[in-house]
Amino acid sequence: MSASFFSSLEEFRKGRDEGAFSIEESVRHYLDRIESHNPSLGAYLTVNPNAVNRARQLDNRKARNPAQSPFYGYPVALKDNLHAIGLPTTCSSAMLANFRPVENATVVDRLLKAGAIVLGKTNMDEFAMGSSTENSAMGPTKNPWDPARVPGGSSGGSAVAVAAGLAPMSLGSDTGGSIRQPAAFCGVLGLKPTYGRVSRYGLVAFSSSLDQIGPFSFSAADALALTVLVSGPDGKDMTVSSRDPVEMERDFAMGTRGLTVGMPEEFFGEGLDGAIAASLERARAVWESEGIVFKPVRLPSAKYGINVYYLIATSEAASNLSRYDGVRYGLRSLSVPDLKALYENTRREGFGPEVKRRILLGTFALSAGYQDQYYRRAQQVQALIREEFDRAFHEVDLIFAPTTPTPPFRFGEKVADPLSMYLSDIYTISANLAGLPALSAPSYPTPSGLPAGAQLIGPAWSEGKLLRMAQVLERAVGTKRPPDLFSKKGETAA
Amino acid sequence: MSPSFEMVVGLEVHSQLLTHAKLFCGCENRFGAPPNTLTCPVCLGHPGVLPVLNEAAVRLGIRLGLSLGCTIHHRSVFDRKHYFYPDLPKGYQISQFTYPLLTGGAIPVRSGPEVRDIRLHRIHMEEDAGKNLHAGIRDASHVDLNRAGVPLLEIVSEPDIRTPEEAVDYLKKLRQILRSTGVSDGNMEEGSFRCDANVSLRPIGSSTFGTKVEIKNMNSFRFVHKALVFEVERQSELLERGERVVSETRLFDSHTGRTLPMRSKEEALDYRYFPEPDIPPLVLDPEWIEKEKASLPELPQERILRISREFGIGEAEAEILVVEEELARYLDEAREALRGHSEKGGWPLEKGVARLVNFLLTEVLREWNRKGVQVLGDSLSSAEIAHLLALVTEERLSLSQAKDVYAIAVESGKSPRKVIEERNLSQESGEETIGRWIVEVLAENPSEVQSYRDGKDRLFGFLVGQVMKKSGGKANPQKLNHLLKEALGR
Amino acid sequence: MELTRQQVLHVARLANLSLTEEEVEHFAGELSRILDYVETLNRLPLPPPGLHVSEAAKPPTPLREDVSRHSLPVESALSNAPDRSGGFFRVPRILEEGR
Ligand SMILES: [Mg+2]
Ligand SMILES: [Zn+2]
Repeated sequence: MSASFFSSLEEFRKGRDEGAFSIEESVRHYLDRIESHNPSLGAYLTVNPNAVNRARQLDNRKARNPAQSPFYGYPVALKDNLHAIGLPTTCSSAMLANFRPVENATVVDRLLKAGAIVLGKTNMDEFAMGSSTENSAMGPTKNPWDPARVPGGSSGGSAVAVAAGLAPMSLGSDTGGSIRQPAAFCGVLGLKPTYGRVSRYGLVAFSSSLDQIGPFSFSAADALALTVLVSGPDGKDMTVSSRDPVEMERDFAMGTRGLTVGMPEEFFGEGLDGAIAASLERARAVWESEGIVFKPVRLPSAKYGINVYYLIATSEAASNLSRYDGVRYGLRSLSVPDLKALYENTRREGFGPEVKRRILLGTFALSAGYQDQYYRRAQQVQALIREEFDRAFHEVDLIFAPTTPTPPFRFGEKVADPLSMYLSDIYTISANLAGLPALSAPSYPTPSGLPAGAQLIGPAWSEGKLLRMAQVLERAVGTKRPPDLFSKKGETAA
Repeated sequence: MSPSFEMVVGLEVHSQLLTHAKLFCGCENRFGAPPNTLTCPVCLGHPGVLPVLNEAAVRLGIRLGLSLGCTIHHRSVFDRKHYFYPDLPKGYQISQFTYPLLTGGAIPVRSGPEVRDIRLHRIHMEEDAGKNLHAGIRDASHVDLNRAGVPLLEIVSEPDIRTPEEAVDYLKKLRQILRSTGVSDGNMEEGSFRCDANVSLRPIGSSTFGTKVEIKNMNSFRFVHKALVFEVERQSELLERGERVVSETRLFDSHTGRTLPMRSKEEALDYRYFPEPDIPPLVLDPEWIEKEKASLPELPQERILRISREFGIGEAEAEILVVEEELARYLDEAREALRGHSEKGGWPLEKGVARLVNFLLTEVLREWNRKGVQVLGDSLSSAEIAHLLALVTEERLSLSQAKDVYAIAVESGKSPRKVIEERNLSQESGEETIGRWIVEVLAENPSEVQSYRDGKDRLFGFLVGQVMKKSGGKANPQKLNHLLKEALGR
Repeated sequence: MELTRQQVLHVARLANLSLTEEEVEHFAGELSRILDYVETLNRLPLPPPGLHVSEAAKPPTPLREDVSRHSLPVESALSNAPDRSGGFFRVPRILEEGR
């Protein structure tokens, strides 16, 4: 069985419309792969029991009405912090282990309206807090390139689902790098759109001012199509811009020749692994050969990104997670002699250690007497970081940076030291703080055969341009899939 | 209160707004529905939901700001206020803290014989919490979230209030403005108008503030008055004994008329306010504000002056009518109805209007104070009252008859017309008819007539009575007097 | 900055998290290290806080029309409730009054 049933969205559309396969066949392909490989990978937490049914219905309806969206019948995986009616939304937390959403997320509504099929919900760090998917109450997800290594996080399950061929595309969420970092670790493309591009309605909030939903895919063209589909104004989210998502398609269609790309010296200095640096050097050579000009830029405050992030994101998280009180939904401790115990015991039993750590840090950063020193100060430095990006984009069209300082690390390597774990997001965090679109595209693998990611950051609303750059690299590097290491059943190549 | 202390009061009013939907979701904003039937993922605080601000709530905020002379901020910011309570679904209330919608403004209140401005500190928008119920439940409390997310304006006064009477007048004026502008129904029983008071004492002449106590749970004007009177006594006794006032929250107990310290919570309150990241700063279009200004109804102060001028009554009397929005509207409507009668009957409108104002300030106001808005109901509509007073003006009914008719109408729920008809109560003012009754009475009582003519004055009353009796009580008394004197030739 | 046990307990109380004695010790150390790291922000010279001029020039905020929609059926509203009684969410008896 091959890792993918079709190599792109366009190929899916053609095959579907020309009758080369049925929607049901395509969905069964992925369900079979999930059945074979998910036990060892742990990418999915829930598989949609209704997927085949829906595929049949769509096949039947297609016979009557052939002209359809490219996504009609297309299977996708969802990070388990996105609501889809009929499936639990657990956020990989004991707190929400039994939560059944009563509404779809806006992005899910749009997928379903276009005819897409939800394959299932994918593993993540609890409440999206982490960079390795080790903080999941539901168990770890393995990196398909090396099962001893983490897939990155927090959208580890969504990245692995695509990388291992358990879904052709998936959605994740990115607050400080949670799409780009696992994309880089798993050798797929991950895009974090501009803040305000995609409705967050139905995405369980981690840090409201930084969270953004985005796609995982193998190709830039596929990522573009999925992003356009789920983007645009939504009456349920006041932070979504009124801009027309179609502008991304227009930008994508233009060439790359003559683009100027900035390389912040702060991102290529000390702390960057040599293998990653070498991979990025090759990527740059590819782009240069296509007439793209590179020049140094300065982002002097970017190095404070982690500091700012761990104050703002934890403050907002502590606030957002106040709602888990055992009253209306979610876990309730069995020991609730009084109201105080209801809250304290429920929250003690429901949250894992990383979530508790961040709630404590965020509560402290907002507390009386410390708010000015921590939360407000962080906001001021955030404004500084934004201004530096603004200035940089007067000189260059895009910014090129590593996605991660190192290739995927081993399980347990950083769990004991939260600070070192936090530092694995050092290159991705500033795009969230500045609200900018950014992606991680697969670059050349390291000499030991591990994936490496090339990050591109653009001015607001430049997703089309970023993806166009990624497409140039994609053509040079080629699509690399991990060897099918974890198959349990004997399989034959299709 | 000891004469050496002065009371300092600031009031915080939470007023629910007359919108169709809640502040941040589409659930209906309605009182009295079965529990948790007006809820959705947003107002239940489900994971993943986001607030979307209701345009009408902002509009009503703007209208209140215009009516109270506030500064309307073209940019205001929503904040999260954190605390845990079962009726607060998200663990925080969305409110406005650092940058409220409105600041400044004032409400003129009666202070003894004078009128004094009570300044407003700020008015901000926020969402209401749900309700926890305890009564009649064993070992548990119940949570109803129908009210969670209902839009509120919190109206905070400066500590300018000095007496319980001023406090009550402030609240009445504020409630009246909320009602007349359509911002709120001001219903205290249903909790759409709720008041907390910050009360402190200080030596007269001092310009610093004493330790303040917050009083909650006063759900009528009478209770506000009682609570403040009690609190000022309590605090002055403490101070006179040389003790200190403890800064605390106290609840008014309407059964005992006392305030009692609220069971203090273990956790120190730290609301950890920070800007609500899910709602962008609220930026207002200045044209919108202008549009609201143009469509605002007559403001109370304007209306007092107009009614005083147009109806020729004092400002104090006009104010009594205007404070009760419905009475003022009733007066205006009844005058328009009288205009028709005056044109048909050929008498000057002013004559009827003077009677109308008097009747309203005495008879109607008395019943209003007793029975409330029902005395303006259909059977006692402004057209009915105009008809009744037209009869008086045209001398077809005596004023005392009109008062009786009105009282009966209020009691029975019948219209004055119906009462007059049933009791056959029209007044006879025709000189010919009255003359005929006089001739008959004089013929029937020759000896009394003779005695009167001989100087027995008191027999005049007897003869009036006889004529009145013959008329069945309908004779116009002035006409009767006049004609009888003429007939007796004295 | 060094977080004391007392401070950790205070913050945990605000956040309604009960911690074991071990956790208090553990988090006090860990959070202190994290705070030491993030605190470098305070060494940066910054302009005084204030509203951004660009914020003031923003266009009016689009708002939701005041139309009421159907709410959830009560069964759906209560479907995730860990404890309920009739149409209500049920919680342990609340002792604090008048809030
Ligand atoms: Mg309030
Ligand atoms: Zn609602």
